[in-house]
Parts: sequence; structure tokens; C-alpha cells
Amino acid sequence: MALQDLCNFQDIFQDSLIQQCFLGTFEKNTACDYVSSLSTRSSTSLFNFYIPVAEYLDESPIQFGQISTIQSSSAISSQESILSPSSLPTSLPFASSQSVPLPFPMSHGTTTLAFMFQGGVLAAADTRSSCSGLVACPASQKILPIHSHLVGTTSGTSADCALWKRILARELRLYQLRHGTTKSQMTDQENFSGPGLFYVCSDGTRLQGTLFSVGSGSPYAYSILDQGVRWGLTVDEATSIAREAVYRATHRDAYSGNCVDIYHITSNGWTRRSNYYLLLHVVESHKQGEAENG
Amino acid sequence: MEYLIGIQGQDFVLVAADNVAASSIIQMKHDYDKMFKLSEKILLLCVGEAGDTVQFAEYIQKNVQLYKMRNGYELSPAAAANFTRKNLADYLRSRTPYHVNLLLAGYDDSDGPGLYYMDYLSSLAKAPFAAHGYGAFLTLSILDRYYRPDLTRDEAMDLLKKCIEEVSSASISRRFHLHYLHLFNLFHL
Repeated sequence: MALQDLCNFQDIFQDSLIQQCFLGTFEKNTACDYVSSLSTRSSTSLFNFYIPVAEYLDESPIQFGQISTIQSSSAISSQESILSPSSLPTSLPFASSQSVPLPFPMSHGTTTLAFMFQGGVLAAADTRSSCSGLVACPASQKILPIHSHLVGTTSGTSADCALWKRILARELRLYQLRHGTTKSQMTDQENFSGPGLFYVCSDGTRLQGTLFSVGSGSPYAYSILDQGVRWGLTVDEATSIAREAVYRATHRDAYSGNCVDIYHITSNGWTRRSNYYLLLHVVESHKQGEAENG
Repeated sequence: MEYLIGIQGQDFVLVAADNVAASSIIQMKHDYDKMFKLSEKILLLCVGEAGDTVQFAEYIQKNVQLYKMRNGYELSPAAAANFTRKNLADYLRSRTPYHVNLLLAGYDDSDGPGLYYMDYLSSLAKAPFAAHGYGAFLTLSILDRYYRPDLTRDEAMDLLKKCIEEVSSASISRRFHLHYLHLFNLFHL
């Protein structure tokens, strides 16, 4: 089972450049926000888990002695209440190291968003990893699949987010093995079913909702989303709104940019929409703008 | 800024809280519930620092329920309020103080209704009316002017509406959705 997961994982992540990004990108450890999307499955089949690629396990995420406060987020899905016996860790295992000053000032910048609609949950994020005015990686993955029905968008220190994604995947997998199934019931609401969306922040906030945007570009994205997001959107409309929102945010926010990743989660699992190049979108929307302005 | 208000009547306590969960300038949720039910007759309203509110309030909530499980009867509101205050005081001079402001509203079968005001420095006061947040500056004088100990439920509701209107109109920071109310009344419970 594990080997199959590994093979499946390899197929999907073959084309990404995450190896370079995760090894070389350190962002300021100010806030690591984690938005998770979850969708249930109708059958009792197990979720498919993804074992992280070995490449970014080679280097420890804590190399420069990041400040050892409990700032990592705990990504939570609707199964979180079931996980309380196994208690997700709230601090990094090596958080007891003394704080060492960071070698250069870091900043975090991103635009991530997710919303629910009749077709499931849509998550979108830009792909720029910035490092104090330098674009460290123009093709970083900010949406990380946890398992076949759970996806997390990340904002903040990408190393922390990668670590937390692995911790969450491990805890969910352990739960799955211990309890047989990972049916996402048994929360406070008895009739929970269907998609769920949670915003989790490293200061301990956890909110459930239908629309969230996180990151330095989030206010710009919010304004687009608040106008256009309705429950009755089709998948294509939702995709174009998400793309538009990220595009507008990257237009205004210096720390967001490059491409946009879009993930669509339904009861059948998540699918990754094609990676839209924002430059292409610029051309399209400018043409539209010119056409409208006459 | 978050807002809490409580008004005690002869046989009830009326409490209200705004419904907004915000993160700096962005309102993340418009339907966020700030009330925690400690028992059938005690309600805790909690505002303050982002993670601390839920963490502390749930901790108090579970402990009050544990008391009931162990002893077979529920804590009185006064006892619950003092327990909460003690916890706040213990954590205050630790490495991890809880920055939360609380209102505890309850009904005691022998003592009647009670409203307890607590703040993050673990002060505790039983008061006929109380408020937290910037809105408190705007509404305490309204309460001073119009409050009477023998308010009926309708009059108390009108007084509450006055306060909410004032906060909504005079508040520059955000809109309020104060439609979530709880009314504690001996006859309802």
C-alpha cells in the first residue's frame, strides 16, 4: 500500500519544481496560515495518501536556527476532533533550540484563497516565493495535497508549511490505520457531510467558513471574491473568479505573482486545474478591458 | 473591536455579542459565535486575543462539565465565575497569560440571576450591567441612564437595542451583526 502511494505520488509531482523551492526558500516566520479544504467520499474506501518525495527530506527545514516560538500552525480538517486522542503536536520537535538571528531579513508574501460552492471547494494560490525583495522561486507550490480529499493552502514560512503538511498527513494516516476508516463524521455536528473549509492560523485561531483568503495579497483578492462568489457558480465560473482574484492581487501586491495554481475538490477527490500563466491572463484581460472601454 | 454586553434583570440576564471574527483589517467571518455554554444555566462570553479566547473558554467549559460529572450537580454561577477568575489569575503571572475579557451570565436557583464581569487582569465584579470593547465606552452611559433593577424583559431588550444602535452607528471600525442573543430566564430553563 505504501509503495503504491509512493508510485502514485511520483507520477503526479513529476513536473513540479518544488525540489529547488523547498530547499532554498526561507521566509519570515511571522505567521503560518493554513487553510484546509476537505471533501468527504461517499464510499468507505480509504483516502489515498501521498508520501513526501525524498528530495526535500534531505535538508532539515531548520538550518538557520529560526526563532523557536510556537508559531507553527496546526492544520485541521473536520476530523480534528477525532484526532484528539493522538493530539496533533503544537510545536516543532526541535523548537527547543536557541534562537539564532536570521542571516538576512525575510518577508512573507502570498495570495491564497479558497471558497465553497455547489461544485465543491475551489482553492487557488499564486506561486511566488519571495525573500526580502528577491523572488526566490517563481514556481513554488503553495497548495499541498494531504490526501486524496484534503488539500491545504499555505502562507508564511514555506518550510514550516511543508513540515506541517507532513505532520498532518502522518497523523491522518495513523488515524486511518488505527481506526480503519477515515469517515469524516463524528464531529460536533452529527450531520456533517460534504465539503468543509477551515482557516487555521498559528496564533490558534480556527474558523470554519465558506470563503477565506490569506496572505499579503488577500485584501485585494477578497474584494474580487466578495463580488463574484455565489453558491450557484459552475466550475468554470468559479475557476475564472479564483484566477481573476489571484491575478488582481498579484497586480497590486509585490510579493505575489508569477502563476496561479487552482485545485478543485469534490467528493471524488481533488483535481489540479492547469497552471495558468498570469501573463497570459494579463493579455486576455487587457483585451477585454479595451473591448469594454471601446 | 469585539463587543460584549450584559444586562441583568429581576429574573433573567440578557447578553449579546457581535458576530464578527476579524484578522487585522479583514473580517474573516460574519457569523462567529462568541458564546460558550458552560452548563444549562451558565453562559460565558469571551473576547480577546485570537487563539486564547477559544482555548481558555473551552478549558473552563470542560472543567465545569467535569465538575458536574464528578459530583452530580452543577456549579453555581458564582462558583464558576470565581473558578474562571482563579484560572486567569494563575496564568497571569506565568509565561503564557491568557489575554481574554469575559462576561459570565448565569442563573442560580437560590440567588437568582447574576452577571459577572472579568477582564484579562483577572478582576472579577458582579454587576447589574457590563460591557467589553470599544463599544463599552459608547454604551455604558446609556446603560447608566436607562437601567433600572426592575426591568422587564421587553424593556431590557429595548435598552439593548439602543446600545447596539449606538455601537453600530458610532463605530468606525466595522459593522456589527448583533442578532445573536441569549436570554436567561427561570421560566425557560
